[in-house]
Amino acid sequence: MTTTSAPAVLVEGLHKRYGAKRAVDGLDLRVEHGEIVAVLGPNGAGKTTTVETLEGFRRADAGHVRVLGEDPAHGDRRWRSRLGVVLQDNHDMAEATVREIVHHVAGFYPAPRDPEAVIDAVGLREKRSARTRALSGGQRRRLDVALGVVGDPELLFLDEPTTGFDPQARHEFWDLVHALRDEGTTILLTTHYLEEAERLADRVVVVADGRVVAEGTPDGLGGRQARRARVRWTEDGAPREEATETPTALVAHLTDRLAGPDGEVAGLQVLRPTLEDVYLGLIAAADGTGATTHEETDL
Amino acid sequence: MSATTPPTTPATTPRTPPPAGAAAHATTRRAAPPARLPGTTRLAWSRTAFEVLTFFRERDAVVFVFAYPILMLAIFATVFGTDDEVVAGSGVHFPQYFLPGMVATGVMLSSFQNLAISIAGERDDGTLKRLRSTPLPPAAYFLGKTGQVLVTAGVQTALLLAVAALVFDVPLPDDAARWGTFAWVFVLGTAAGAVCGVAYSSVPRTGRSASPVVIPVVLVLQFVSGVFFRFDQLPTWMQQVASVFPLKWMAQGMRSVFLPDAAVVVEPAGTWQHGATAAVLAAWLVVGLVVGVRTFRWRRRDDG
Repeated sequence: MTTTSAPAVLVEGLHKRYGAKRAVDGLDLRVEHGEIVAVLGPNGAGKTTTVETLEGFRRADAGHVRVLGEDPAHGDRRWRSRLGVVLQDNHDMAEATVREIVHHVAGFYPAPRDPEAVIDAVGLREKRSARTRALSGGQRRRLDVALGVVGDPELLFLDEPTTGFDPQARHEFWDLVHALRDEGTTILLTTHYLEEAERLADRVVVVADGRVVAEGTPDGLGGRQARRARVRWTEDGAPREEATETPTALVAHLTDRLAGPDGEVAGLQVLRPTLEDVYLGLIAAADGTGATTHEETDL
Repeated sequence: MSATTPPTTPATTPRTPPPAGAAAHATTRRAAPPARLPGTTRLAWSRTAFEVLTFFRERDAVVFVFAYPILMLAIFATVFGTDDEVVAGSGVHFPQYFLPGMVATGVMLSSFQNLAISIAGERDDGTLKRLRSTPLPPAAYFLGKTGQVLVTAGVQTALLLAVAALVFDVPLPDDAARWGTFAWVFVLGTAAGAVCGVAYSSVPRTGRSASPVVIPVVLVLQFVSGVFFRFDQLPTWMQQVASVFPLKWMAQGMRSVFLPDAAVVVEPAGTWQHGATAAVLAAWLVVGLVVGVRTFRWRRRDDG
């Protein structure tokens, strides 16, 4: 058994190429037990290749990879029984019903959760007798999640789990993930949705061109430089803008200097960067195409 | 910025420690003695039941694998009728002559065509990848396929024999030796067809192209192997081509079961050739197994 100090996932210097394309190019990643980590990045950044290497589907060209203390390339049944995997883009087992599939897959595991409780937890109680071909995209995805958790995994991989969900389904899914975390499940999640990462993750890892370009808490990602507020105002009829770590002081200064008889500064705006702004700045910088954001975030 | 030295980059902040409750839970979970993994035999039965269940819900499979030989026997027996003997004085009418070929065809459809198409589909739709991500042992998957093929072919053959006997008055053998021959031809033919089906499932590029890639092979083999016509009346070169493939030998082996000894005169070789039948089927079993093991993939070709 693994020692308590070893992380759930440890990746050092992962490399994987397909022909001439370097899909993963020196990626490092560490996920502690009990943590939810979101991997963000544009399409083709190497997210899925990385996750599928951790799941044992792909062999790394180079690098050190340990998942629950084992090399995924040589993971045995015992090791697989401790993982939950939700892959992208499944439309399998169309002719079986939700209930048949969840019970069937539960039987593969040494100590599964109660399949009926799992069906309830993912909100498929009313659809339990429906064949999977009759499910909507969101229901189908919830079935995927049910199959990912029915084995009561220590570590759960969620690869773009809410693609195609409507907003309500996405919120229900987030509640489900929080419940799993409260039960101690470690989760590694890839997503396109910044809001999803912000709601779910203890830590966000941004990947571009096969390597990590930034990591941190959803609040702290990008560091103070990337999170400087922008203050806008109008002076002598022209729009002005300044990036600052101390917007309150700047606004006070502008008030002293420019306030009219009504005490107002013309066109005053204070803009705080969202996670999306920070993320887009990081990706633009990684592409080498960043313009003003590039300099402002001082990467 | 450098991605490989996080501690020195301004973009990095200290990691959030995991919630205390979560860590405690994870620790207790690891402290518990691991439960036993379910055994391969039990999982093989579970897979067989699941495979049979889903097979009989798939309309295409039921029509083109399960019902096809029974329908073809009914059509041919009705068209050619029971008035003329295949060979004058032999007492063998057309329904009886066609029955062995249809039994052999059923075995090939239930094993080769069924697995080649269904596994290609399962590779394409992600079933195989999903199963690979679970602790299901690969042996249990293949044993489940084997079980499904045996159930399908067994029920299909039983129905075929029942229809032949009850509707078309085909006499069935009543001696143990013939049923012994039936048993080994059936088992060896099913096994060879199944492993070849697993191997051939890697040929179609997608699940959707599986049927058009598999069915013509099966149809051509039926025409050249003496399923629809008397084998001895086919051109010699066609007989020789057919002799390379297992269906001809399965049909011939089944003729030795369901036709009277006198009918051996319509065999080009003049004997039932049981030794050659066993050898050819065993050779395809070995070839299919080797190729299948070497080429089997759990993922689509375009999936890395």
